[in-house]
Amino acid sequence: MESVMVILVGILVTVATYLILSRNLIRVILGTALLSHAVHLLILTMGSLKKGNVPLLSDSDGPYTDALPQALILTAIVISFAVTAFVLVLTFRTYGTNKTDDLQKLRGNADE
Amino acid sequence: MIIKLAVLLPFLAAALIPLVHKFIKREQIGWFVLAVPILLFVLISSYIPHTANGKTYMHTLEWIPSLSINFTTYLDGLSMIFGLLITGVGSLVILYSNFYLSAKESLHHFYCYLLLFMGAMLGVVFSDNLLVLYTFWELTSVSSFLLIAFWHHRKASRAGARKAMVITVSGGVAMLVGFLMLYAMTNTFSIRELIAQVDVIQQHELFIPALLCVLLGAFTKSAQFPFHIWLPDAMEAPTPVSAYLHSATMVKAGIYLVARMTPIFVGVPTWFWLVTSIGLLTLIWGSFNAVRQNDLKALLAYSTISQLGLIMSLLGIGSLAFAFEFSDALTPVFALAGFTALFHLVNHSTFKGALFMMVGIVDHEVGTRDLRRLGGLLPFMPLTFSIALIGAFSMAGLPPFNGFLSKEMFFTAVTHLDSFNVFSLGSAVVWIPVVAWVASVFTFVYSMILIFKTFFGNYHPERLDKEPHEAPFGMLVSPFILCALVVLIFFFPNVLGHYILQPALASVYPSFPLEDITPHISPWHGFNTELFMTLGVIAVGIILYKTKRYWSYVYTFLQPRHSFNALYEWVITTTENNSQRVTNQYMNGYLVHYFTYIYIIFVGIIGSYFVLSGAFTFDPSKDSKVETFELMLVCLVACAAVALLFAKSRLSSVLINGLIGYCVGFFFIIFRAPDLALTQLVVESVTTALFLLSFKYLPHIKPEVASMATKWRNAIISVAVGSLVTLIGLTVVNYDKFEPISTYFEDSYELAGGKNIVNAILGDFRAFDTMLEVVVLFIAGLGVYTLIKLRNRKEAADIENK
Repeated sequence: MESVMVILVGILVTVATYLILSRNLIRVILGTALLSHAVHLLILTMGSLKKGNVPLLSDSDGPYTDALPQALILTAIVISFAVTAFVLVLTFRTYGTNKTDDLQKLRGNADE
Repeated sequence: MIIKLAVLLPFLAAALIPLVHKFIKREQIGWFVLAVPILLFVLISSYIPHTANGKTYMHTLEWIPSLSINFTTYLDGLSMIFGLLITGVGSLVILYSNFYLSAKESLHHFYCYLLLFMGAMLGVVFSDNLLVLYTFWELTSVSSFLLIAFWHHRKASRAGARKAMVITVSGGVAMLVGFLMLYAMTNTFSIRELIAQVDVIQQHELFIPALLCVLLGAFTKSAQFPFHIWLPDAMEAPTPVSAYLHSATMVKAGIYLVARMTPIFVGVPTWFWLVTSIGLLTLIWGSFNAVRQNDLKALLAYSTISQLGLIMSLLGIGSLAFAFEFSDALTPVFALAGFTALFHLVNHSTFKGALFMMVGIVDHEVGTRDLRRLGGLLPFMPLTFSIALIGAFSMAGLPPFNGFLSKEMFFTAVTHLDSFNVFSLGSAVVWIPVVAWVASVFTFVYSMILIFKTFFGNYHPERLDKEPHEAPFGMLVSPFILCALVVLIFFFPNVLGHYILQPALASVYPSFPLEDITPHISPWHGFNTELFMTLGVIAVGIILYKTKRYWSYVYTFLQPRHSFNALYEWVITTTENNSQRVTNQYMNGYLVHYFTYIYIIFVGIIGSYFVLSGAFTFDPSKDSKVETFELMLVCLVACAAVALLFAKSRLSSVLINGLIGYCVGFFFIIFRAPDLALTQLVVESVTTALFLLSFKYLPHIKPEVASMATKWRNAIISVAVGSLVTLIGLTVVNYDKFEPISTYFEDSYELAGGKNIVNAILGDFRAFDTMLEVVVLFIAGLGVYTLIKLRNRKEAADIENK
């Protein structure tokens, strides 16, 4: 299962990278969202999969699956949500000010 | 300990100024600041009786002991001289600037920088640890930069400040390298311990490079040839600053370093030749160029360069004393040179400080300091004239002023070089006295120019900006105190010699018996070579001064475009232009390009190391079993991801992204992570809703207009990144060289009272992380709120404008 998941992560990273390299601001945001999904899965996979019970002491007597990656991912999910929300509003403002979401056109003046 | 406080007090006061300047009147701030150097001067001079008996004080505050960096202060005779100069001249300069600077200037900035400098300079002379010394050393450069650029609306001020900064700081960095080399040889940064290990250092192969690097630092700071070019430009600073930093104290830091390092580096010909010849070259070049200046401050700047060269060359000759074992006959002759260096150091600070203040007064009361416009000021400013007379005669080496004594001793030192032949002196025995004599003639000439072109000759009121009149009493106090010292030192030189100079000599010549090498200073030695040299200087000097207009055409041979200034300008402009061109090439504003750099470097460095080290392993045997429905889910996510690439409308893109998010949630369920699954499902719903909401205001996704080549390039980069992640992931996933640390958290009930391990980690074991995560959320929320609010206000403003 782990190998399959790593390959899936690789596919997600490829797509996310391609989206980030695009000129369209919304596609860049989608790319970052996709990248965070990929990283979450990668962290979880690194702690090996399905080799223990749910990490609830009241639920079973173990062995439990690795709880540390889960805690890390929980933090990461919330933070990536915050970042996505912020970047979306930033895009919305950028578009409102500059009337474009094309990164090629958003690069400012040469003397700045 | 007291000394440590003395170093820190100016910094404290500097930090207080911005706090208190609002509560006191602008004119009064200088008087408050004045208390600091006076207090320190009294404090330091209270140690004079002790240091005169050869006592030294050392105090160590451990800072980074593992790197042998400690804040060690050391008070001995040498640091005593400098401590007294810094605080003494500092007090007079602050007193003077209270009258010189108008209350309209930003005085709190000025005094803040000045105190910063004072603290840094005290730090340089009282530090025993080389790295601490280096830190303070650079801090003096920084404060000098700030003070030169005090009138920063003037282009020349900014250029002068930058030049001083560039030259002194690059020398400082070379000095740091030298210090590190010394550390590599001896494993210590303490000057005291370095002196104890002289034998080890002199045997080491890094000895000469370290010597060169340290000298580079000293020469740039003390404006020695060819690094002297920054000092004339630094005269853009307010005159009190020039008097303080650029003649009395900061430029002498290089002298201090050479004197301090003499016991370590001495004993090789390189040290003697470099210090002596650069010093002499600076001496003659500075005095030769001072004669041609039309600006009084520029004249004094070149004169300072020349006098610094004199002191430097004396230290070089003084180092010859180490060339042989102590003998009653010979060592005192060379130690005399070292003694004279210290003596002239003090003398120079007194008469040059007075002269700078005099020029400041002329500038202030007449409105110009251009010699072509000045003349005949004697009837208007008799007191200022007497300052100029005393200072300039002392500088020219005439009795009854202290400059005469040190000039005579300088001649003694250079004419006795032949008494013992070491380091194959050869013809140097002849040319060193000649150079010294010629330079003294020029010194005499420019001293005369200073007096006679300013105060005698024809008075041209139409060339002056203001009606000339005598300066206010307050401005005259400081230069008169200095002039009094000039005369007093001439009549009682041995008081200074015994209490101040002799203990300092002990720091330069630690191994010699002090009483035998301290000379007795007296103005009259009978009709000897030195006296005839002085008489010659006066005679030839007067002739040259009178005939200046006939020979001054020699200066036309010095073309500005062949000067070191031109070289400096060329280096600065070329580096600026080139670095700007290179930067513009890659920092071109295209976000896509920046991403590309990051990805290429990631793939290039990590990928190539990964391949070259042959780290790849693949061992699926430890994998857990794959169920069919899991495989279907994997396929679904993969297909959705690929479909995202080809999605035409933004709605489908967001829905596909949501689909992938929910699938990830399902993966969390399958992989025994219920908390994650819950969070993921909630967050994904909110994110999707947010996307849809913002689409009301956002444009449609337009089809990519990029060329095929760009698309292919991006595709190749993406595939490379993706496959590298996959390969590293496959290698790492079954890595078992270390024990997992997660078993620790399985005691969560005993340790944290939580039965849900994940929650216990978040809420207890790593509670700080969680708290900061909340802070991140808070900041993001704040950002979102601000961005939306900003728009409203701007629109409101637009409406108002209509």
